[in-house]
Amino acid sequence: MRKILSRVGLVVALLIMVVSLGACSSTSGSKRDVLKDDKQSNTITWGVKADTKLFGLMDVKDNQIKGFEVDLAKAMTKEILGKKGKARFIQVTSQTRMPLLANGNIDAIMATMTITPQRAEQVDFSRSYFDAGQAILVKDGSPIKNVRSLNRKGAVVLGVVGSNSVQNIKKFAPKARVLQLSDYSQALTALKSGQGDALTTDNGILYGMSIENPGYSVVGGTFTKEPYGIATAKGQRPFHNAINHALTKVENSGEYNKLIYKWFHNVKGFDMKGAER
Amino acid sequence: MLTVLGAYSWVNIKFLLEGAWVTILVSVCSIVLSYIFGVILGVTRYVQIKYLSAIVGFVIDIIRNLPLILIIFFTYFGLPHLGFKPDPIWASVIAMAVFEAAMVAEIVRAGIVSIPTGQMEGARANGLSYWQALWYIVLPQAIRNMIPAIVSQFISLVKDTSLATIIVLPDLMNHAQIIYGQNTNYTIPMFLALAVMYFIVCYSLSLFSKYLEKRIGGGNKKGKADEVVQDASDA
Amino acid sequence: MISIFQNYGGELLTGLGQTLLCSIIALIFALIIGSAFAIMETMPNKFARVVARVYIEVFRNIPLLVITMFFYVVIPMYIVKISGFASGTVGLTLYSSAFIAETVRSGIQSVDPGQMEGARSTGLSYWQSMRYIILPQAFRYVIPPLGNQFINLVKNSSVLAFVAGFDLMYQANVIASDSLQSMSTYMCVGVLYLILTLPLSYYMRHLEKKLA
Repeated sequence: MRKILSRVGLVVALLIMVVSLGACSSTSGSKRDVLKDDKQSNTITWGVKADTKLFGLMDVKDNQIKGFEVDLAKAMTKEILGKKGKARFIQVTSQTRMPLLANGNIDAIMATMTITPQRAEQVDFSRSYFDAGQAILVKDGSPIKNVRSLNRKGAVVLGVVGSNSVQNIKKFAPKARVLQLSDYSQALTALKSGQGDALTTDNGILYGMSIENPGYSVVGGTFTKEPYGIATAKGQRPFHNAINHALTKVENSGEYNKLIYKWFHNVKGFDMKGAER
Repeated sequence: MLTVLGAYSWVNIKFLLEGAWVTILVSVCSIVLSYIFGVILGVTRYVQIKYLSAIVGFVIDIIRNLPLILIIFFTYFGLPHLGFKPDPIWASVIAMAVFEAAMVAEIVRAGIVSIPTGQMEGARANGLSYWQALWYIVLPQAIRNMIPAIVSQFISLVKDTSLATIIVLPDLMNHAQIIYGQNTNYTIPMFLALAVMYFIVCYSLSLFSKYLEKRIGGGNKKGKADEVVQDASDA
Repeated sequence: MISIFQNYGGELLTGLGQTLLCSIIALIFALIIGSAFAIMETMPNKFARVVARVYIEVFRNIPLLVITMFFYVVIPMYIVKISGFASGTVGLTLYSSAFIAETVRSGIQSVDPGQMEGARSTGLSYWQSMRYIILPQAFRYVIPPLGNQFINLVKNSSVLAFVAGFDLMYQANVIASDSLQSMSTYMCVGVLYLILTLPLSYYMRHLEKKLA
């Protein structure tokens, strides 16, 4: 009996510890000044995707992440810290990016992240730096022509955990079953294995997939607006302002359009004129 | 056939080997750490220091009974709340070390229990203190009996590093996924490569364990020690 | 933490159910397959022993995640379409069966060989003596380690999260990114896993002491 009591006591003690840890977690993170720290270390740490062609993709040849977002982040780093400023890149997935930002592992997220009101409660978003829209990718010859034809019992849609598109697809095709994989390469592999009828996410990402994978195309056009924003932790006003300012400068100098051209000019079906700023 | 050859191009093989290097690095670091802490914690739990042993025992039980993926999340997402921000490699090392230390501690405790009490009594009768007897007489015998169990635990550790792809640890699994994610024709060749590479590392570890067993060997082959092996052989 | 249970109770419950279902299915099949290979390993026939050895070593030395992803990704491409839950369960079954085979084998070998000889001399066939004399004794001896294997199975079923198997860990990932409270979500899920594993773990230790 005594033994059981001491066990119970331990459980209670541990629970209190856990809860207090959870409680203090919500307060930490906002104490430091990211902009000041970054200026001191002359480095900005960006969370970027490494599995998303055109935006951020790991190059097997030299182990570097390459893409539009990576280039844009480099350009913006130079605007904020000066010519010698260094950009550090940490790979994130849709699932890991928010906790990593909250914990301060990364200073900002530039990882195909849509600005949504729900997320804006947890993080600060910059102005949109890219306007995407959600679409679907299917195998050529598939009976699915647009998102409406997915709205039937038995249809399976693939998406990525933590992405906005899995929330949206529930509204546009409520009857379809949604499977959430951990990242885009997993989701694409699952589509090719026939684990789903369509893969849904933003058109830019899907275009990247269709380039690499002949036999798969984006169909039906976009059915949502997905403005991508750069997320910073709450309470980092100076850093947030610096990011918006740097974005404006990169856009005005014409460098933004150069990057759009570099990454998207040979993407079939991509609206270059609409994307340029 | 051509696609298979393309999959094993030098660029891809190099990329895979880089991943394998991270797997080995994380494994070795966490094996060393978990062995040290595992022995300390196992002994602490065994010797019945008031409160301390009970608390240590309880924490070990909690950790042993959680999925490793959760422990990885806790270290990667939770440690920063305590002021330490590990990158995926460190987070994996810490998570693996914590998890495996708990496993090793349990093996060590069971190993010490399996040593007949006569050994301790004999040593004490010869004038050794409790701690001396534990350290010089009981523990070496216990560890000898535990070698197979501990090595198979470490084999599990090597395999389990693959779970850390969920926090984007650039290990063998992650690198293979990146390759076949970009060209699906490489899927089967990549799985073949994964299976072969993990098998080589793990199987050579288990051969090493058999060698050690024969070399130091002896002890009670069956019975308690064997039971311990099976308890802990999997994570 | 409490708000997570309130808002996502349904998802957590589904996850718990799927995790349990997958673990139990995998346990049953792993027991059958594992015992079969364990018996093969102790058979006088050399070919049977080699086959069993190869099977066990292969599945013991390849990560569960690789096996599971193989069934999720490769098998549907060429052979037959199977869901994430099914591929995870199959992977878990094969992986665990190798460990269970080792456990049962050590159980069979712990039974005095004289028992087999005695049974044979009374006129029982090899299979009869195995079935009625050796296995009952072997299983009594391996119950605690088998219980621990089941705990490992429950923990390892979290690999279903990688293949959208709707288990507890998958739900955790989904809830964490929906509620944006990752730490509290994972703690809730940790508590749920402990509810499944901890009592069993203590019971097995109790049994071990009793049998020892």
